[in-house]
Amino acid sequence: MSEIVDILISASFWAAVIRIASPLILATMGELICERAGVLNLGIEGIMVIGAFTGWMAVYQGMPLWGGVAVAMGAGMLFGLLHATLTVPFGLSQHVVGLGVTLFATASASFAYRLMLPEVTSPPKIEPFQPLEIPVLGDLPWLGEALFSQTALTWAAFAVAGLVAFTLYRTPLGLAVRAVGENPAAVEAQGLSVTGLRMGAVIVGSGLMAVGGAFLTLSAFSSFFFEMVNGRGWICVALVVFGAWKPGKAVLGAILFAAFDALQIRLQQTDLGAVLPYQLFLALPFILSILALILMSRRAEVPAALMVPYNKGER
Amino acid sequence: MRLEPIANPSPARRLGLPALALVATLGVAMLLALVAGANPFAILGQIATGALGSKLAILETLNRATPLIFTGLAIAVAFRAKLWNIGAEAQLYAGAIMAVVLGTGALGSPLVLPVSALAAMLAGAALLLGPVLLKTRLGVDEVVTTLLLNFIMLLFVSYLLEGPMKDPMGMGWPKSTPLIPEARLPRLVEGLRLHWGFALAIIAAVIVWVIQTRTTLGFEIRAVGQNPEAARFAGMPVNAVMVKTALLSGGLAALAGWSEVAGLKGHLSSDLSPGFGYTGIIVAMLALLHPLGVVVTAIFVAGIFVGSDAMSRAAGVPTYIADMLLATALLFMVLAILLTKVRVVRG
Repeated sequence: MSEIVDILISASFWAAVIRIASPLILATMGELICERAGVLNLGIEGIMVIGAFTGWMAVYQGMPLWGGVAVAMGAGMLFGLLHATLTVPFGLSQHVVGLGVTLFATASASFAYRLMLPEVTSPPKIEPFQPLEIPVLGDLPWLGEALFSQTALTWAAFAVAGLVAFTLYRTPLGLAVRAVGENPAAVEAQGLSVTGLRMGAVIVGSGLMAVGGAFLTLSAFSSFFFEMVNGRGWICVALVVFGAWKPGKAVLGAILFAAFDALQIRLQQTDLGAVLPYQLFLALPFILSILALILMSRRAEVPAALMVPYNKGER
Repeated sequence: MRLEPIANPSPARRLGLPALALVATLGVAMLLALVAGANPFAILGQIATGALGSKLAILETLNRATPLIFTGLAIAVAFRAKLWNIGAEAQLYAGAIMAVVLGTGALGSPLVLPVSALAAMLAGAALLLGPVLLKTRLGVDEVVTTLLLNFIMLLFVSYLLEGPMKDPMGMGWPKSTPLIPEARLPRLVEGLRLHWGFALAIIAAVIVWVIQTRTTLGFEIRAVGQNPEAARFAGMPVNAVMVKTALLSGGLAALAGWSEVAGLKGHLSSDLSPGFGYTGIIVAMLALLHPLGVVVTAIFVAGIFVGSDAMSRAAGVPTYIADMLLATALLFMVLAILLTKVRVVRG
């Protein structure tokens, strides 16, 4: 037990928690925007792959790091447009289209990678985002290392979460997005376009998912690997449910989740890791996600029109 | 724009649009070839020759189609009831594990094959039962739970291969002890590299077709899929139908893994399935969820994979073109199917 306490009070553990939480927060915010507008976006896993690939490739081709982030976001929005076109005006099954977009996006990244780097056996590295030096706060003992030695993209992730919460709850646009996920007919009656709002939400949300993916290549690691997203997108779908479709709770969920992930990596090095198979530790995030879904199922406040396509003039 | 139902779609519309979806996919293939700097007309030929050009190629395609028929059937059965089973990959491995558990000496001939097939189906069914009960009892979305289970199952397989099932003669490769000869599926025709799994897959398709068209369960599955509220109002046990569908679907997906181990590989490894569970979704959707159609589309999809491998070696176009084409075909096809039933009007 004392080993766990040692881990929990170490500054490097908390720095890792925030680092692991960052891509989850970005992608979870993206999924949350889509779902609040009434569209389940299962393209998330593939869109994160596309973000990870395009952001990294742009930087490898000589763009600045923020240019890579922008490219990833643009690519994610393109796939979001594909998803939105099929699910919103055409009202196709959000399950099937989402999985289709994930398969298409993942395959596109693999295809483009092999096309651009045909001979490469190990992917080339780029120079990733470095931790920002924060004056005063960064020099604090323990806290400085635990909380204030993160890259700019991590700060951006938390800023995005704040912006999403503000927009959803404090602006007319946010009200319209929330309303379109609860009662699209009422929104239409106000003279607003249900199709426009929903498509916009899916496109913006997909852009954020892609930036979440780009975090992996541009801030966490410095290369692109085929399997690097490894189910994080699906975990974010679970995090939206866990956060009861609220940005603040979803961020807390992502941090809690990241804490378990950081803990399991460290527990593998302890006596516990010598007894239990390492696969059990690796499975922990997925097991926790399922448990979170079960735990929240009773009191989840699902947007009323989630997964219900809207066709004008139809009741 | 607005969608307006078409009362009586003409046969030209019902058949023409899905055909157009396939033609459009070929167009995308040619476009991708251009991007990759290859001759767009030549690669279509190279894919076709690679898939069907020789006896060896045809057998390879049919071997590759075998697990896809099983997973395609699993998805078709589930999606028909609007049960979104995305966990065929995990159920496949559950079946593969049972093939190894019972096929490495625990049972002998003639019991081993039927018993291990049955055990595989039970294991796959059990794996889907959890998510379905969570859905019917607590309203937990089965898409996410079945997807997450895929990752847990792959880690479990990795654990088995490095621990209890490890082949001591494996030279460090993570693979299981090989099956005893009695536990292997025999070849369909002596001297040809095609095993009985293929025939069993077709038999399974026929059985599923009979269940869907000739039994009460089939009728109930369709009713629940079309309108669960109406089905419940009509007195159908909707949750019980969901559970039965899940057992059938999970069992079918497990047979994919069972037949790969017992028929093709003879052992379990963690690369047994290059995503057969996910590709099954494409197979089922292209077949419009029709069980006999699944046989045809599984062979088509397998042909794209096998053909693209051959084309890739010859033309230098990355083999991932196959995955792109199949995802494109899926998206075009769902749109085409919708447009057979509705038309787009202004306003």
